[in-house]
Amino acid sequence: MKVLIPDALRSYTESSRAVAQGATLAELLMDLNGQYPGIRFRMIDEQDRVRRHIRIFVNGEQVNALSQPLQPTDDVVIVQALSGG
Amino acid sequence: MARKTTKITTQRKPAPARVRRTLVLAATRKGAWLFHGDSTRKKWRVDGPHFLGHTISHLVLDPRDQRTLLAAAKTGHLGPTVFRSTDMGKTWKEAAQPPAFAKVPEGEKGRSVDHTFWLTPAHVNEPNVWYAGTSPQGLFRSEDGGVTWAPFSIINDDPQYREWMGTVQDGTPDGPKLHSIIVDPRDPKHLYFGMSGGGVHESLDGGHTWRVMIKGMDVVEGFGLDPLNPTCHDPHCLRMAPSNPDRIYQQNHCGIYRIDRPSDTWVRIGKSMPKKVGDVGFPLVVHPRDDNTAWVFPMDGSGVWPRVSPDGKPAVYVTKNGGKTWQRQDAGMPKSQGWWTVKRQCMTSDTRDPVGLYFGTTSGELWMSRDEGRKWACIARNLPEIYAVEAAVV
Repeated sequence: MKVLIPDALRSYTESSRAVAQGATLAELLMDLNGQYPGIRFRMIDEQDRVRRHIRIFVNGEQVNALSQPLQPTDDVVIVQALSGG
Repeated sequence: MARKTTKITTQRKPAPARVRRTLVLAATRKGAWLFHGDSTRKKWRVDGPHFLGHTISHLVLDPRDQRTLLAAAKTGHLGPTVFRSTDMGKTWKEAAQPPAFAKVPEGEKGRSVDHTFWLTPAHVNEPNVWYAGTSPQGLFRSEDGGVTWAPFSIINDDPQYREWMGTVQDGTPDGPKLHSIIVDPRDPKHLYFGMSGGGVHESLDGGHTWRVMIKGMDVVEGFGLDPLNPTCHDPHCLRMAPSNPDRIYQQNHCGIYRIDRPSDTWVRIGKSMPKKVGDVGFPLVVHPRDDNTAWVFPMDGSGVWPRVSPDGKPAVYVTKNGGKTWQRQDAGMPKSQGWWTVKRQCMTSDTRDPVGLYFGTTSGELWMSRDEGRKWACIARNLPEIYAVEAAVV
């Protein structure tokens, strides 16, 4: 499925779009990490929590659980906050 | 725990076999810079920024191979990581497994590393082994040159240590930190570290067991703090004397200390600092060949703790007799309206003769002295806030 990648993570993907597979969000993120090593830990901490300034949307709906089921036709958008100074 | 006192004999002057150059590594809030000095340490070539926009807490060259660099990094919004270079920063590769706490069972609240704060290459006989200290406090070890990291020893999950570490609210404003990981050059299993807050700790068995080392250290007065409780102690920086591993200096929230093992009692040597300046600060440097000589950078710890140079007059103070007396060294620094200070990882020395001293400021300036602190010069301005400075002779 298509995954929109935020600017801050494009050093991994070199593109705003990636394609990854998985029956759940957890599997999709593992597939992404296999293609772009290291990218998952920048978004998901070691307790499997989505990091504070990261949001993940599936078909426009925000999801927090990595167990979220996915369909091959889903659109996944990863958003990163830009607050700070 | 008693250890045999051994003094390491070192040559007074390094062998002049080849031209040796000093490399200064500056880690900042917005990236990292490498400063390559010429043989005279008068001209500096700047290489950077590396990782522009990343907060780099520490950038360290492996003294064992003189080519591996590790950088502890995070950005404002992404998780932490470690980058590694084996070609002096020409190319970088991210750690395959950065420092991370063990995952806890479902339903329990586990900790996550906010940033790796401190990097220490291990013993010379343990090539590729590194230690890392994190915020919140955790201790990690890599055995493959920084590619993969694993929790090290019992302290990350030990209930007693967790209590001593306190919570995020108990730590420094940007997070409680495990720092000053020291490896005894005589024994790779003999380790020290400090926690802000949480005291000083020592292991004689490679991290299997630890003992608290806070005897003699003061606590902040007026709050009813218990000096016997490690939680109440905030060591800012520990440095072992390179020429005498039985001597450790400490800059603490509550003064400057020294300990000479096998004694287990810290002695507050900062009481001999000028009263107007005080003995609060963060960094401390020990002379590479003289265990009686050390430098500190005092900070204003009065009132609300402005954490600036006292009276707006930055200065290094040096002791040449193990802390009995201190002399001010400020030639070349601003005589007034200098309101910057120097963080705990931001002052260091090289090993040349005379020793070169280096510090980076909260206002993004890199300063150096080629003559052991007698005169100072600013060698770089307009950098981001400097978080760490390391020097190596290559």
